[in-house]
Amino acid sequence: MLGWELPPNNSGGLGVACYSLCQALSRSQVDIEFIVPYLGHHSADFMTVTASQPAGVKVFREGGSAYDSYKYVFSDGRQQSFGIFEQQKIFEESIASTTEGKAFDIVHAHDWLTFRAALRLKEERGCPIVLHVHSIESDRAGGKPGNPLVHEIEATSLNLADKVVAVSQFTKDSIIRDYNIPPDKIEVVHNKINLNQIEPLDSENAYHYLSAMRAQGYRIIVNIGRLTIQKGLNNLLQAFKDVVAYEPKTLLLIVGAGELHYELLEMSADLGISRNVIFTGFLRGKAWRDAYAIGDLFVLPSVSEPFGLTPLEAIGYQTPVLVSRQSGVSEVLKHCLKVDFWDTKEMTNKIVSVVRSDALRQNLQANAVQEVSSQSWDQAADKLLAVYRRALNAGVAV
Amino acid sequence: MSKAIVLYLHVHQPYRVRHYTIFDSGQKHDYFNADLEKSENNQQILQKVAQKSYIPANQRLLKMLQQYPQFKLSLSITGTVIEQLEQWAPEALKSFQDLTATGRVEIVAETYHHSLAFFYSRREFEMQVKMHRQKIEALFGQTPRVFRNTELAYNNDLAYWADKAGYKGVLAEGWDSILGWRSPNYVYRPQYTEDIALLLKNYKLSDDIAFRFGDREWSEWPLTAEKFVNWLKADQKATNFNLFMDYETFGEHQWGESGIFEFLEHLPKYWLKDQAQIFATVSEAIDQFQPVGDIDVPNTVTWADTERDLSAWLGNSMQQEAIKALYGLQDQIIASKDLSLIEDWRCLQTSDHFYYMCTKWFNDGDIHAYFSPYETPYEAFTNFMNVYHDLKYRLAKHQEKV
Repeated sequence: MLGWELPPNNSGGLGVACYSLCQALSRSQVDIEFIVPYLGHHSADFMTVTASQPAGVKVFREGGSAYDSYKYVFSDGRQQSFGIFEQQKIFEESIASTTEGKAFDIVHAHDWLTFRAALRLKEERGCPIVLHVHSIESDRAGGKPGNPLVHEIEATSLNLADKVVAVSQFTKDSIIRDYNIPPDKIEVVHNKINLNQIEPLDSENAYHYLSAMRAQGYRIIVNIGRLTIQKGLNNLLQAFKDVVAYEPKTLLLIVGAGELHYELLEMSADLGISRNVIFTGFLRGKAWRDAYAIGDLFVLPSVSEPFGLTPLEAIGYQTPVLVSRQSGVSEVLKHCLKVDFWDTKEMTNKIVSVVRSDALRQNLQANAVQEVSSQSWDQAADKLLAVYRRALNAGVAV
Repeated sequence: MSKAIVLYLHVHQPYRVRHYTIFDSGQKHDYFNADLEKSENNQQILQKVAQKSYIPANQRLLKMLQQYPQFKLSLSITGTVIEQLEQWAPEALKSFQDLTATGRVEIVAETYHHSLAFFYSRREFEMQVKMHRQKIEALFGQTPRVFRNTELAYNNDLAYWADKAGYKGVLAEGWDSILGWRSPNYVYRPQYTEDIALLLKNYKLSDDIAFRFGDREWSEWPLTAEKFVNWLKADQKATNFNLFMDYETFGEHQWGESGIFEFLEHLPKYWLKDQAQIFATVSEAIDQFQPVGDIDVPNTVTWADTERDLSAWLGNSMQQEAIKALYGLQDQIIASKDLSLIEDWRCLQTSDHFYYMCTKWFNDGDIHAYFSPYETPYEAFTNFMNVYHDLKYRLAKHQEKV
């Protein structure tokens, strides 16, 4: 399996999804070697995690966030910084030597950064490749075409793949729309969450200020995610301005980092709601978990969200959710509120109704927990095994 | 000794609340006017049901009444559906009047607004029963003598009230927990009453028609009138078979293609072959058959869901919050003497609004989902509560003027 990140070196949901999926697959006796482009400290005992080391490189990326530029130190002492696109190329070039002498039946690769490496293996080994799409370029570009180089990699590899896995019907539709891939080649395997495996909370919430405000009757709306165009936070701020007009005792907690950070900060000032909006920056661990837990409502306002794991995590921390209809997760959740990402009026309407009604909040929360509890990654693993079988059988037929 | 089929059909449509947002509260008071293309548009629904059910079924029923002088039935028609028929399908309303003009169709009493007021405000409940009686007298020229509460919600208190109010009978669900080993196919007397009878729905036979008729997986499919009559004959001692169901069973819940209309038309043909077998309206059944025992119902029984209680309307905290908020406005609303405000408040009491907020089986996309025009129970609640805030806004405006 080829991937770009695994926890704890992940920047978002991709690493979590890969990790949980492999764990479930291993329970079905799938033997997995997971190849990442960096040296990390992973604690997965159900698979082998290998760093793909480029020839002639002594030190390369060690953990950290997977999408930054990285300084590589070559064996001749030379140092060079590489951006994400070059790293992707290095990964492709190193994959042959990393897999040399190893036997495998199938290559399963996650997202465009690893797709060329997968193609390289298909070319060299003739084994079937399954390309797993967690997001495509038009998602990441917030509905715009995005980077033409990435677009080209996705177009070529998805066309040459034996099977394509999409994390939602929403993503499958985008793949068909953007790349004209035959629908019957694409299988939808929704992401899941194992509620019994989420990190438990401790007795005290880290947000003392917010807890105190809650006790005074304030209600807290939470968003957790990267601050990028794809996530639609400008619409949430727009809607939140009206929420505050109706219910002044409402606060918005925004957790995450990204290129829009300052823009959003400025926007909330322009809207006159700075006093009610709190930006925390990027968080991990306890502060991250507690942010879910302190919320009265979690909002995912994404413009284009292939899946969106955060609402499921929020439900895991007993917080009800409002999700954009332009998200994969909205396909698998019934007990939640849904809104079109552009419909800021309706977003306000729904947030206000939750702020005003304990009963609405409790019903949403209790029913969502029950709904999500019945899901597990094993269901996703079963679907994937069927995809593997079909890919292997098709290979035999040729 | 003769035995009777007591066919009773319930006709009702609510005023569904449109998608009503927080921005509408304090701005617009047209709660029930959804856009034409919306699933909760009342005119569209009413006209669809009139075309698929009321008009074709009434045609058949009228033909049967003309063809078989012994054929009889009972109807209940809520005030909210009558108003909508007057407005959007007068020809369908006329077809109901044609039925009652035969003198063999009895209309049953109930609340005008199909409300659960009995459980929240006796004063309001009695007002709505009176409004309904006046409407029925004006349109159909008869005064109802037998009472049914909304959703057949029944308990000892209701029977006591109906007895004091002068009704000769009450309708209720013949649920196992109140009957025990006894059969619903007799007339009973409610415990603690003096002069009133109880007719209990035979839910097995009723649901064979109302729910299972078109189900091809059902072992008895296809159900013919002849087969059905043979089932009734098998119970030799019974006096009355109470077949109670939604009127919309004919053509709406069971589509015309299922053969439901033909079933209806053939029923008198096979049943009336034996002279001892008759049709009776609810009052006639009570006049003709003596009660065989007392029935004690301390806890409320309804005709919905496997629980047969009020949980489909009041089972979760959203439903409770909404209905308590609404009845909490009663004194101010009535005191305002603002007729349009009072009428809007009453239309919001219709039990359907609370049914749409039910989360019980929302997962399975079952019957609740089928009957709800909203995507989720949460939308139903949000719309309703935004309307509630508007009622409060209007009340405040009113008090400013005074």
